[in-house]
Amino acid sequence: MKTTEMAIIGAGPAGLSCAVEAARAGAKVTVLDENLKPGGQLFKQIHKFFGSREHRAGTRGFRIGQQLLDETEKLGVEVLLNSTVYGLYEDRLIAYIKDGRDHTLKAEKIVIATGASENALAFPGCTLPGVMGAGAAQTMINVNRVLPGEKVVMVGSGNVGLIVSYQLMQAGADVVALIEAAPKIGGYGVHAAKIRRAGVPIFASTTIKEVLGEERVEGVITVELDEKWKQVNGTERQFEADTVCLAVGLSPLTELAWMAGCEFAFIPALGGHVPIHDRNMETTLPGIYVAGDVTGVEEASSAMEEGRLAGVAAAESLGYIDAQKAEELKKEIWGRLDALRTGPFGEGRRAAKFKQLSSRRLMA
Amino acid sequence: MIQKTGVIYQGYPSEQELSKSPGVPSDERIKRGPVAFIECVQEIPCNPCEEACPYGAIAVGQPITNLPRLDEKKCVGCGACIAKCPGLAIFVLDGSEQKAKISFPHEYYPLPQKGDVVDCVDREGKAIVKGIVLKVVKSPKYDATAVVTVEVPMEYIKIIRSIKRPGRS
Repeated sequence: MKTTEMAIIGAGPAGLSCAVEAARAGAKVTVLDENLKPGGQLFKQIHKFFGSREHRAGTRGFRIGQQLLDETEKLGVEVLLNSTVYGLYEDRLIAYIKDGRDHTLKAEKIVIATGASENALAFPGCTLPGVMGAGAAQTMINVNRVLPGEKVVMVGSGNVGLIVSYQLMQAGADVVALIEAAPKIGGYGVHAAKIRRAGVPIFASTTIKEVLGEERVEGVITVELDEKWKQVNGTERQFEADTVCLAVGLSPLTELAWMAGCEFAFIPALGGHVPIHDRNMETTLPGIYVAGDVTGVEEASSAMEEGRLAGVAAAESLGYIDAQKAEELKKEIWGRLDALRTGPFGEGRRAAKFKQLSSRRLMA
Repeated sequence: MIQKTGVIYQGYPSEQELSKSPGVPSDERIKRGPVAFIECVQEIPCNPCEEACPYGAIAVGQPITNLPRLDEKKCVGCGACIAKCPGLAIFVLDGSEQKAKISFPHEYYPLPQKGDVVDCVDREGKAIVKGIVLKVVKSPKYDATAVVTVEVPMEYIKIIRSIKRPGRS
């Protein structure tokens, strides 16, 4: 059986940031990821990130991903790719499949940084080829360089829906409409403004009534919603389209945390059931940490900060960082996290995170 | 249909929102020469514009959710902030000559060429008037965001914010 000091599950922004902090402190780190390439969702983020200099604002996401990879390499972090973790057992034993064979890895500390998956939406025609997650479309255009279609209806006006609409147009598609069930646009106004001036109409209080087509998507019928979210007859619109992208939220990928026996809290603002953790990102199980979207859906910038936090805390508890130095580092990271959780878009998440952090105390 | 105005309904700031924004220069300043016009009206955690300005004309400060505040006396309209704004929300307007010059960020290929006559669009993407491309600036510092300057009749200086995407009319 293979052993390591620190095992990180997921090589996305949270996992890689965690690896960098822990390895820099001197810990022996192993990162596992089910994909063929590390980086998680960072390599499809071709837009410039928000935040401040410390958050790498103004830098395109894929460049941040490359820098994280370079750092992990320089620090000698072991990255096991094509490695699907399917079990987290007692005494911090990880079971995973690589190259069709079972393997186990025992670690003193484990960080679960598995991210989130896209939510689906049910409507007549939702199983037709051409209906896909917005994140899937983003992977196709920005990683695999395949255009999923030429005429797209985007569902959902959060930042994912707005950004992917923009990137689909950059890739050469037309976004014929963006619809949003809520009465107002959910994401940043500046992202909405980019697609509006490219001519994309945004229809609020609107949902999909039906997707038309025999073998694949050929058109979309939308319908408006009243204040009670009921469809209003006679408000239908029809769009010619070959692709429907769903950007209707994400859900934390928490299976491994459930399996390990972590305690959870139900916090809708963070995407549903999320593992409870403390200010060190440690769950209710000693030695098992969480970081990134698995702890509550936010964005890559916060995921990276949470990863750093878990990395510092785990390295401290392994004895690689003294208490005073660790306290300083954690304070800095918390300052940056708090900065990302301010303003009208961040306050709700800050309150939700506070609830998550307090849950442990309530249980104790 | 969208009836309410404002960025959360229309997807772009209303005139009222812009008039209250600390990033928007006065009409007199626009008439004096090129100046940044920051269409950032929501308090989001973001401040690269502050650092982008070599003249210290843009301040965000703490907390970083503050709206960017433009010092129109310090701003020389160099446009260094245009490509740095991750929200592509900064423009440079020049109302000092007979025709208006509007500079904006542009991230669609193929890029327009200097001298092209192009369809200039408003904040809803509607083609309003033809304009001439005066300049297309690409720089490694801009990291693949081009800054395009078009010339249009003066009456459109507060209206035109981009051009039609390539191949669309």
